Amino acid sequence: MLTLNINGKDQELDVPADMPLLWVLRDVAHLTGTKFGCGMAQCGACTVHVDGAPLRSCITPATAVAHGQKILTIEGLSTDGSHPVQQAWAELDVVQCGYCQSGQIMSAAALLAKIPQPTDSDIDQALSGNICRCGTYPRIRAAVKRAAEIG
Amino acid sequence: MKRHLILGAVVLIGLVGYAEHLFADDKEAIKAFGTVQKVFQSPRCQNCHIPGDSPLQFDAGIPHAMSVVRGMDGKGAAGLPCATCHADTNPPASYGPHAPPGAPHWSLPPAAHKMAWIGLPADQLCAMIKDRSSNGDRDFAALIKHVSEDKLVLWGWNPGEGRAPVPVPHDIFVTQFKLWADAGGPCPVQGS
Repeated sequence: MLTLNINGKDQELDVPADMPLLWVLRDVAHLTGTKFGCGMAQCGACTVHVDGAPLRSCITPATAVAHGQKILTIEGLSTDGSHPVQQAWAELDVVQCGYCQSGQIMSAAALLAKIPQPTDSDIDQALSGNICRCGTYPRIRAAVKRAAEIG
Repeated sequence: MKRHLILGAVVLIGLVGYAEHLFADDKEAIKAFGTVQKVFQSPRCQNCHIPGDSPLQFDAGIPHAMSVVRGMDGKGAAGLPCATCHADTNPPASYGPHAPPGAPHWSLPPAAHKMAWIGLPADQLCAMIKDRSSNGDRDFAALIKHVSEDKLVLWGWNPGEGRAPVPVPHDIFVTQFKLWADAGGPCPVQGS
């Protein structure tokens, strides 16, 4: 039995210690906003925050984040879509197919927490690990800047 | 006069013997440095001891995917730190051969002292390692600690599937490093 703090709540979960956090989130905690893409930290779709920093949940064993770390998923970013990144994403209609977007949003939110007014270079460096098959990159970059304005 | 000549000869012979002794020590130490060079310039070490800002990966030393950068502190970009993908340990074997490897404080040398030694000849590598203005102000004791105990350094001997470990056993490497350091870190001459 592991205790994971997910979106501000401690949850006792009966999962194997080496189960990837992504599996725990989706299949056990039923938080399906975080997506499976590649399963090897190559695409960024599974990005969550742990203690405020971005983390690829698909290659993180559950036991590694069961020591009081605060896990934040896309569901916990805001209860009503009011996080500046979510607002900017909606305003600029960033999403096309949408599959990668919770990962993109989590990476963008982690960047803005560190660098509130990022340059193009900051954005590229932070988000180049998040792949978008629809190629929404120009809108993603614009939306990160818009989110910085909204603050 | 004769007495002076004899005395002079004795001193000279003594000096020559002493010099030979010193030279022998240096010879051993410089030979030991050959092992140090072999380790430092293996992919496990030099892939992160890079001159630019993009770390390398795999045994072939290709630029790291995803345009990963060093960052000022060596821990990646502010928005994409190394720890996003590189955990404190290698992933469980059940995750397959392609999950990113891990070790504590996964990072590159900071931008202020890159310690980039890819392709450096032995004399320059040797000078760089012991130059405290370029090595993060490490004396020989600190250097020995780095190569003996640093958990990220030790990862080079346990790099997980798909990566060759450092080609010299760790204990032999440390012994050779100490032999070189204890002799004062003599450097091979240029072109030797």
